[in-house]
Amino acid sequence: MTEIMLEIDNVSKIYPGRRGIFGTSQEVHALKNVSLSVRKGESFGLVGESGSGKTTLTRSILHLETPTSGSIRVQGQDLGKLSDAELRRLRARVQIVFQDPYASLNPRMSVYDIVTEPLVIHHETLGLTNRQRSDRAAELLSLVGMGPQHLHRYPHEFSGGQRQRICIARALASGPELLLLDEPTSALDVSVQAQVLNLLCELQDRLGLTYFFISHDLAVVRYLCDRVALINRGEIVEQGDCAQIFDAPKSEYARMLIGAMPEVKVPARTGSNT
Amino acid sequence: MTVPLLSIRDLHLRMSSFDGRAHVLNGINLTVNRGEIWGLVGESGCGKSLTGLSVSRLQPTPPAHYTAGEILLDGQDLLKLSPAQMQRLRGNRIGMIFQDPTTNLNPAFRIGEQLVDVALAAAQHDPAVMDCPPNASRHARRQAARKLAGEMLARVGIPNALARLDDYPHQFSGGMRQRVLIAMALIGRPDLLIADEPTTALDVSVQAQILELIKNSVKDFDMGVVLITHNLGVVAQTCSHVAVMYAGNIVESGPVAAVIGNPVHPYTRALMSAIPTRETKRGALRGLAGSVPNLIVPPPGCRFAPRCQFALPACVAAMPASVPVGDSHAVACIRATEMEALVDD
Repeated sequence: MTEIMLEIDNVSKIYPGRRGIFGTSQEVHALKNVSLSVRKGESFGLVGESGSGKTTLTRSILHLETPTSGSIRVQGQDLGKLSDAELRRLRARVQIVFQDPYASLNPRMSVYDIVTEPLVIHHETLGLTNRQRSDRAAELLSLVGMGPQHLHRYPHEFSGGQRQRICIARALASGPELLLLDEPTSALDVSVQAQVLNLLCELQDRLGLTYFFISHDLAVVRYLCDRVALINRGEIVEQGDCAQIFDAPKSEYARMLIGAMPEVKVPARTGSNT
Repeated sequence: MTVPLLSIRDLHLRMSSFDGRAHVLNGINLTVNRGEIWGLVGESGCGKSLTGLSVSRLQPTPPAHYTAGEILLDGQDLLKLSPAQMQRLRGNRIGMIFQDPTTNLNPAFRIGEQLVDVALAAAQHDPAVMDCPPNASRHARRQAARKLAGEMLARVGIPNALARLDDYPHQFSGGMRQRVLIAMALIGRPDLLIADEPTTALDVSVQAQILELIKNSVKDFDMGVVLITHNLGVVAQTCSHVAVMYAGNIVESGPVAAVIGNPVHPYTRALMSAIPTRETKRGALRGLAGSVPNLIVPPPGCRFAPRCQFALPACVAAMPASVPVGDSHAVACIRATEMEALVDD
């Protein structure tokens, strides 16, 4: 039996309605009884359209949002029952890479500062000396295909793909086992996207990471993930092995999403159809 | 032979910046006929959007500077027109749709008012847009414009269109806002539609609907479309023709079936192999090393040569000319004819 890395059990999240100057807003059911489990060492894809609750779920896994009901367990530890100190220790093992590498790096911090910041924050857990931190920073950069010459530069000197590599290096700094990837390639060009995807594959093979990959790009999910869950309006519509869902989708929603996916192939009719 | 709707001939554009002058468009040739949807693809920073903006002359000069070439709309050179003449064409003969539907609608005005304003402006130059004589009273013209706005909104697939004219942009979803922008671009009955990444900000399901809408509009309005995108999948689904751009040049162009089915230029091939398909094995995706070159000091000769696995010394010597390799399929590569053999090796 493979070990379960992340278990989401019947989680719901309701944002209460508010009374503001433009009237009362309805309460929002962002997540409705979401249950899924991610095995250790696999890539799990979460696919949904905007507003479907992907981000709420991701934030809940990091315990940045508290679910209204249900529980989230990382390696058996229930996030809702942990103390602040335990939670902080846990967060060294769960890290995230965000969508936009232009917005998620502080322009006034050098790459060295960015990459070593998690080491400082998780000092208690990791206990590295200054010297060890420097070594670790260089090691992290080489892990993501960059070199020590980049350590003392600033984010504006890098292209989008390199920035995303820096974001990945930062996420790997504290030695996480679970990496949440929130649309890590949607802000990148296809050629750069391919490089970042390959890097993610390589890192997973080398470090035995577990990925929780959030995306709306089905082609990327099919390429990278072992299992996938489709979420629509806060509910999991379908989940299962990637191959099975792409080849034989059961739900109407999955069929619609897969049908809408633009494939690069010669259209059945000739080009001059208009 | 009839005059093509849009013909860009040898267009050169330089941009002044603090670091020097960048050669951002370097001899663009593109011909769009009515009924054709041309896809313009390439990485960021290769001049796709600038080509689109040049056609509608929305690129301020300076810093932009057109050093050579012409942009002919039905035989009339747009680069020679005065700003006032150009303004008459925008919205009326040239419609534009931009990437982000949220920032292109004024949040303080109702959808209907924004559509009516565009319709009235278009009708000033071309009264045929509305069925209302230009000398009619202001009230009558507004009424007619509102009726037209309602029809257009219904046409782009917004349910209960007449009632929704009184809604504000924030009451519409992203996909519906993009539909409103398409309605706005089409309300003046343009001959040419320039769509700059119209679906990049949208979900795939909505994207499919919007692309279908653009396709149908081409049939209904007998327009030509330039669809700027970085997604080859979108091109394969929607366009009749495609031009692949790299660093200010069109490196390969032709009918979609020819270019996607039988890509010749190494850059087109690299772009296509960077997209994961059903068959791609994990870890086997081929990226394209390097990045788009600095256009202030562009590499000599073929601008793709530094990243090209098939580059020869001759590639660096001179910019390759575009040569035909099939029925209206042209490639700017000196090794175009031997490419098939090279790839098999």
